[in-house]
Amino acid sequence: MTELLLGAYIFMLTIWVGNEVISKVPTTLHTPLMSGANAIHGIIVVGAMFVATAVPGPLGTVLGFLGVVLGTVNVVGGFVVTDRMLQMFRARPARAKTPEKK
Amino acid sequence: MEELRQYVPWVYFAAAVTFILGLKGLSGPTTAQLGNRVAATGMLLAVIATFLESQVASAWLLIVPAIAVGTVIGVIGARRVPMTAMPQMVAIFNGAGGGAAALVATLEYLNAGATGAVPAGEVISSVLGLMIGAVSFSGSAIAFGKLQGIINARAFRYAGQQIVTGGLFLGMILGGLALLGDATGIVDVRNELVLAIVAALALVFGVALVMPIGGADMPVVISLLNAYTGLAVAMAGFSIGNQMLIIAGTLVGASGTLLTRLMSKAMNRSLGNVLFGAFGAAGTAAAGAKADDGRTFREIGAEDAAILLGYAQNVIIVPGYGLAVAQAQHGVRELADLLEERGVEVKYAIHPVAGRMPGHMNVLLAEANVPYEKLYDMDQINDEFPRADVALVIGANDVTNPAARKDTSSPIYGMPILNVDQAKNIIVIKRSMKPGFAGIDNELYLDPKTGMLFGDAKEAVGRVVTELKKAA
Repeated sequence: MTELLLGAYIFMLTIWVGNEVISKVPTTLHTPLMSGANAIHGIIVVGAMFVATAVPGPLGTVLGFLGVVLGTVNVVGGFVVTDRMLQMFRARPARAKTPEKK
Repeated sequence: MEELRQYVPWVYFAAAVTFILGLKGLSGPTTAQLGNRVAATGMLLAVIATFLESQVASAWLLIVPAIAVGTVIGVIGARRVPMTAMPQMVAIFNGAGGGAAALVATLEYLNAGATGAVPAGEVISSVLGLMIGAVSFSGSAIAFGKLQGIINARAFRYAGQQIVTGGLFLGMILGGLALLGDATGIVDVRNELVLAIVAALALVFGVALVMPIGGADMPVVISLLNAYTGLAVAMAGFSIGNQMLIIAGTLVGASGTLLTRLMSKAMNRSLGNVLFGAFGAAGTAAAGAKADDGRTFREIGAEDAAILLGYAQNVIIVPGYGLAVAQAQHGVRELADLLEERGVEVKYAIHPVAGRMPGHMNVLLAEANVPYEKLYDMDQINDEFPRADVALVIGANDVTNPAARKDTSSPIYGMPILNVDQAKNIIVIKRSMKPGFAGIDNELYLDPKTGMLFGDAKEAVGRVVTELKKAA
């Protein structure tokens, strides 16, 4: 029961952290933020690694394999695609006479 | 090996810290890329450390190939996808995560059941992880299909829909309760069978949840499903007793929910309205009734458009999804460059939900090297439309519809729009007179000030550029 309770404490506190951390995001970054957050829940791949062979038999093995594949797709795809998006926000060579406004 | 293994939980702890730092970094423009990479590094360390666990190490023959397959799919998918297809790509990756969470919950539940009675707490977290993960999986698949055009993007509604969706949900909950009752010895059911039924119901429920939602609302739905997957991951974390999973999952669940609310707010709709309101469906009726007031649109050619633009002083470009689909961002920049050479002042008006997701249009234009300082938010630029000589609308529709301001009966009434109709002249580049994602007519097109230039955004912009060059 203690582990469950510990988890419950972490769960509750993290809800606050999650809300605080992104409370002030410019609209421009909503898409990369969604994508980046999407990559972070790809951590499920670690869970999938733990239970990959937990259930014996062909069905269990197939499901275990599939779990790791899907988790990896989430992590790798998520981070790469976010990085690609953010690449666009990098400073690029300034072009001729752009009057600064506001 | 043995000595190293005791540090694994500390690596997980460090990874959890990087996730929080990464998310924090992602919320600022200068720190975003670093934040993403910090989180990715934490993730990599966590995966490597996991191999020190004996049960993982002994299964490497299964796990390593699985990771290899997943990496190849992920990298190719993420690299090949054009920037315009970003939202559906996020949907796919999110669905994969949801599916993984559902599988982890299932396997852990079966594993625990094989060795004896499953504690009630674990039954709850596993069943929730399975349900939420499966809903996210199938829901994301439908969202992908709708955005990719495989499935009709229009809201799919039928009689008794609420009852069907509600029934599925109820069935899911009953199945979960049966498993809980079985674990606590109240009832006796065949666990595997009930679990399979719950999984099937959850998958169908995900489809039923997303099908009635129109394409325009898909970004909000993806964001919501993203939060769902986070929650499913947190539940899986409870099941296998891994705090890092709980933190990462909850973090995404909480911030994803907040982000979803921010997105709905940008469209002036409540989340409940997005999920259950009949956007699009109600619009068709209103559109049909309105088309008969005798006004027609005025079609113009590329030549007219070039003259109008070339002799203007201020031009505001309003890019929309049509521009994104046609990959016209580079052509538009060329057009803007030509105009600027002629001394025309060019600005871009970015609606919060231009493109398919907030910020999507900024990414696309940045890709075409449009200077960041020329992009103006809706609030910054709306007062400038009355002074603009030409508003050039490229593939945008609903976000320019004056009905949102004036017509209380319109389904988009109250949605913040760009006041394009106040410009002195309006040029609309559009493929046809077909209504946009909201499924309603846009009276901007019937405005006498408006000239319609029909064509694919890229091709039409190209024609205008050619005409402008001729004139120069």
